[in-house]
Amino acid sequence: MTITVTGLRKSFGDHLVLDGIDLDVPRGTVFALLGANGAGKTTTVKILSTLHRADAGEAKVAGHDVAREPDAVRAAIGVTGQFSAVDKLLTGEENLRLMTDLHQLSRAEGRRRCERLLERFELTEAARKPAGTYSGGMLRRLDLAMTLVGSPQVIFLDEPTTGLDPRSRREMWQIVRDLVADGVTIFLTTQYLAEADELADRIAVLDGGRVVAEGTAEELKRRIPGGHVRLHFTDEQQLDAAREALAGATREGEGLALRVPSDGSLTALKTLIDRLDERAVKVDEMSVHTPDLDDVFLALTGNRSTTERVTNR
Amino acid sequence: MSTLTLTPADRRFHPLRDSATMLRRNLKRMLRYPSMTITLIGMPVVFLLLFVYVFGGTLGAGLQGGGGRAAYANYVAPAIILMTITATVQGTAISIAMDMTEGIIARFRTMHIARVSVLTGHVLGSVIQAMIALAAVIGVALLVGFRPTASLGGWLLTAGFLVAVTFALVWLCVALGQVSKTVETASNIPMPLILLPFLSSGFVPTASMPAGLRWFAEHQPFTPIIETMRALLMDRPVGNDGWIALAWCAVMALGGYLWSKKLYNRES
Repeated sequence: MTITVTGLRKSFGDHLVLDGIDLDVPRGTVFALLGANGAGKTTTVKILSTLHRADAGEAKVAGHDVAREPDAVRAAIGVTGQFSAVDKLLTGEENLRLMTDLHQLSRAEGRRRCERLLERFELTEAARKPAGTYSGGMLRRLDLAMTLVGSPQVIFLDEPTTGLDPRSRREMWQIVRDLVADGVTIFLTTQYLAEADELADRIAVLDGGRVVAEGTAEELKRRIPGGHVRLHFTDEQQLDAAREALAGATREGEGLALRVPSDGSLTALKTLIDRLDERAVKVDEMSVHTPDLDDVFLALTGNRSTTERVTNR
Repeated sequence: MSTLTLTPADRRFHPLRDSATMLRRNLKRMLRYPSMTITLIGMPVVFLLLFVYVFGGTLGAGLQGGGGRAAYANYVAPAIILMTITATVQGTAISIAMDMTEGIIARFRTMHIARVSVLTGHVLGSVIQAMIALAAVIGVALLVGFRPTASLGGWLLTAGFLVAVTFALVWLCVALGQVSKTVETASNIPMPLILLPFLSSGFVPTASMPAGLRWFAEHQPFTPIIETMRALLMDRPVGNDGWIALAWCAVMALGGYLWSKKLYNRES
């Protein structure tokens, strides 16, 4: 495990932000912490990256305790936060050279690494322009390039694509995938379900300072009711035959389609097809609908706001 | 990819190298943002011209032994020199606050670097900036009739003394810049430093002030600092003022340094 977190708690004054969090992130994987604004994502990143101290609980990053050995943790990590941490008065190149100097690289090695990163992040052309003139996507790429100068083993990305246009977002996703292919462990926070679905090996849903669900995207989706198989028929006869064969099937309005509740697993599908086969029902079209992460997210985090509404009353 | 080969982390700290790196950063920022330095020089120059040409004739006549505008130029120059320093350190507070709000400090805090270097880079950069501003302002003062009688030794002592005063005030402002939540606050908090020279012996002799104000003017740090400068530049004995001024500088520098360090290490 590259990151292990047990019983992490943190409050600011009376405001409880993290209410006992446990997380495990294996080496070389992408872990996504998913949650709405104010769920405690950034606070978690700040504790793991030594910026904040936890009130209780333990956190180890790259084998070192974040509270007792912050320097060792800092030597192993790279952080790219929500707000770009670049010097906007300096050029892209100067920002990178600032990092190579702080990592004690020799001049030649610093220049080499700087050039390679500029090229990799398509910033070579803008290298001599002040970072203040960069677009949002370019700033984010420069920010990440600066983080990579030190060859970190663990990279924290706090909402890496918030505020980016769809194209820059896809570029950022590709960069993250390349990093993982190189063996880096990535801990990312996001409020975009598509992003977690796209990138993460494992996802934890954070809500009100607690992890309310954890697993792969598929596991999370399966936990949520709402999955079904949709069958479309060419005529009423076939539809009626199918309705008799399948328990719980409901007709979609007046159309020639049935909805059959299903978790979408192979076994369930096989059973369904076998049943239809037995009665020689002809199906025109079949599609499997699994809930997307949006359904998961709303189902997992919705309850709290309902109870809150109740208690407020 | 080869850029990401994991190298074993070098766990030693390099405070001197890191401070030099941070100093280079601050000097580059200064070059990119020259309007800041120009403002720092402009403000004391405007006050100098105002006090010499507008008020100088009358104020000069009120000095011990009279002497009019020419005598007042000599009298007011040390106060203007001090204002140059206070204006520069106000700039320090602003640039520290800018760093804090732009998130780059958070990056430095999560990096394995000598922590104090972030602050020492600002301090050294500001001292250099102040020296440039001081040279410019003293140059203008000489043009408008400031006639110091100091020998080369006196000038060297003055230069050393100015570095000490700047160093002390810069550390104080590094702390004030960190206390500020916004850049606007950072430009306002050091205001007392800008106003204090007026409540000292800088512009008029303290003897001409009402009793309470006079007591304050004589006991606040800027009066001995200005008197020391006057003595050094006019080739007069410095007396106790020099030691009192240096003691104040030591207190401000140490207090500012400890406060800054504490603020920097607090949770962000």
